[in-house]
Amino acid sequence: MTATHYRFKPWNVGRFLVWTLFALLLIAAPHVFTSSLALTMLSQMGYLIIICLSYNMLLGQGGMLSFGHAVYTGLGSFITIHAINMAGRGEFPVPLVFMPVVGGLAGLFFAVLLGYVTTKKSGTTFAMITLGIGELIAAMALMFPEFFGGEGGVTTDRVYGQGLLGITFGPGIEVYYLIAAYCFTCTAAMFAFTGTPLGRMLNAVRDNPERVEFMGYDTQQVRYRAFCIAGFFAGVGGALAAINFEIVTGVDSVSMVRSGGYLLFTFLGGATFFFGPIIGAVLLVLASVLLSELSKAWLLYLGLVFLFMVMYAPGGVASLIMMNLRLAKYGKLGRLWVSYLGLAGAGLTALLGAAAMVEMTYHLQLNAALGPQLHFLGASINARGLTSWFGAGFVLLTGLGLFELCRREFLRQWGEAQEEIEREIKRQEAL
Amino acid sequence: MNPEFFVISLLNGFSYGLLLFMLSSGLTLIFSMMGVLNFAHTSFYMLGAYFAYSLSGSIGFWPALVLAPLLVGVMGALFERYCLRRVHKFGHVPELLVTFGLSYLVLELVQLVWGRSTVPYGLPPLLQGPLFTLYGTQFPRSRSFIMLVALLMLLAVWLVLTRTRIGLVIQAALKHPQMVEALGHNVPRVFMLVFGGGCALAGLAGVIGGNTYITEPAMAASVGSIIFVVVVVGGMGSLAGAFLASLLIGIVQTFAVALDYSLAGALAHVGVQVGEGSVGWPVLKLTISQVAPMLPYLLLVLILILRPKGLLGTRED
Repeated sequence: MTATHYRFKPWNVGRFLVWTLFALLLIAAPHVFTSSLALTMLSQMGYLIIICLSYNMLLGQGGMLSFGHAVYTGLGSFITIHAINMAGRGEFPVPLVFMPVVGGLAGLFFAVLLGYVTTKKSGTTFAMITLGIGELIAAMALMFPEFFGGEGGVTTDRVYGQGLLGITFGPGIEVYYLIAAYCFTCTAAMFAFTGTPLGRMLNAVRDNPERVEFMGYDTQQVRYRAFCIAGFFAGVGGALAAINFEIVTGVDSVSMVRSGGYLLFTFLGGATFFFGPIIGAVLLVLASVLLSELSKAWLLYLGLVFLFMVMYAPGGVASLIMMNLRLAKYGKLGRLWVSYLGLAGAGLTALLGAAAMVEMTYHLQLNAALGPQLHFLGASINARGLTSWFGAGFVLLTGLGLFELCRREFLRQWGEAQEEIEREIKRQEAL
Repeated sequence: MNPEFFVISLLNGFSYGLLLFMLSSGLTLIFSMMGVLNFAHTSFYMLGAYFAYSLSGSIGFWPALVLAPLLVGVMGALFERYCLRRVHKFGHVPELLVTFGLSYLVLELVQLVWGRSTVPYGLPPLLQGPLFTLYGTQFPRSRSFIMLVALLMLLAVWLVLTRTRIGLVIQAALKHPQMVEALGHNVPRVFMLVFGGGCALAGLAGVIGGNTYITEPAMAASVGSIIFVVVVVGGMGSLAGAFLASLLIGIVQTFAVALDYSLAGALAHVGVQVGEGSVGWPVLKLTISQVAPMLPYLLLVLILILRPKGLLGTRED
């Protein structure tokens, strides 16, 4: 067997470098972005990275499309928040630092319990069963207000007991570092999992379950164990979310909308690479905090982006990055940048026209009482005027036309570069 | 339980179950043929209702009854042709994902065009009022109309599938697509037709379900998960199973929302007194009507444990 990439020996320097950079990034981030909004967003990114990575353990590594991941994050949150409340009353003497582990164990417990039924099947049936179980738990959340807190949810106070070395976890920055520490540990643990025999078997079960059965493995057992481990990490993520917000509501935390969000962004980030979900988690926070502020139509844009991503780049953002890295490695990226510039310019023009039209429609639908004037990117346009619609349509069509021209040229160059790389690889193999 | 309540609930359950069947039949057909679980199936149901609402304002309800499902069917066929077929080569999970993305998009577009609240999609004069009176309770015409349309649709689908040439090709393409292709039939076009047809059936269900129940942006999500339960409980890819499961779930849900019994009441009946302080009181005090929303999903879990291939299913995967 030939190695697909160079390995440093005896120390894997490349890997060491990447993980150090990741740790430094986690440490430095709150000092670069110092506003309180940035800190909240960074904290959210921290635990969402854990959740999306745990989700990708199912979707990317196991080929299991789950529509009910919020069940395990949500139940982890609830158990944690009850545990924190008990600890605050002095009935459960565990410091806050270990509360995410409690949440993780809760996630593991529910994954062991529900996963047995869920992992009996794979593929499409698996997706439907997770959907059913997700709905089951979401319906239960309204049925047991004693545990789920009804409409108002359960609240807590994360500051209890005497602090450790002066750390009380009152200020947001201390909570951020708790989340960052767990984020780093869990990411490392989940990366290590991909190299274990179970992790490798999980990939095999995804790719060719029949052959795995012939080799004497029980595919359901492999799926079940991976599901439990994913449940544990989901629980850790849920617990950190509960610690961050100090409130958990049943209507939101275990809902199908949540599960759908995890699925959407894990896929957008890229399910085929380990680091894809990290990009997905960052995008999730950026979209839900910043994009939703910018435009009321953000769900529409999100749906469109998702649809195009599934159709044209099923590997997500991560695969786009890796494809360009491959070009850069062979020194072919330099000649593509003109095409990239053209594509971006034309794409932005088309986007501008389309966005103006979408925003005008939304304005007419939602803010009809405010009059026909709306502000779009600093300009004031009349949503009822024929000229503004005509202008937007003209910009859109021009952009689309240019985009199509650039796309053809780009595809030709891209194909050429790929062929040259293939030839280069063949030549090196022959040496 | 008096006979009046029993008969009326049974009839309501039947009409709701038949509406579920109109939805799940299209889903099952598409699934058994293409292996695609159409996550956006109830989005097409919603589109049917909204199209019918807009059309019935200008051309009346009865032409809309024909036109709206056709429109929905064409949209479904176009979606299959330009989106689904493109991801077909990537496997089943991306196919499911693309329909998942579509369901987001349709919901947002519906809210954009028709607004976020319910629309006043009313019944035509012919369907208003009761059809007959049983034990002093009236049974509405609209629900009888749902039953009629669903049964006619069942008959039509059965006739098309078993008695026509295209139906035979479809049935053959279900089992051996390569062989059918080798015999000179355009299987991708058959796929497109089946997808469009399934969506048209969902649209038809939307036209008659929208004014009997309610037309709002949440209507897709409210039945979305239930019809997946129907398909799994009935057995993946089995049309007869879907029929049985639809009726079962329709009737169970209709009865459950009206029953006010709880475990605590049952215990009291046999002489065991329980109250606020008893162990497990939060569970004991729940009435059947309170747990009604989760009954279909409970049924799903039970079926998966006891009979994993579904009621009438033949596939084990």
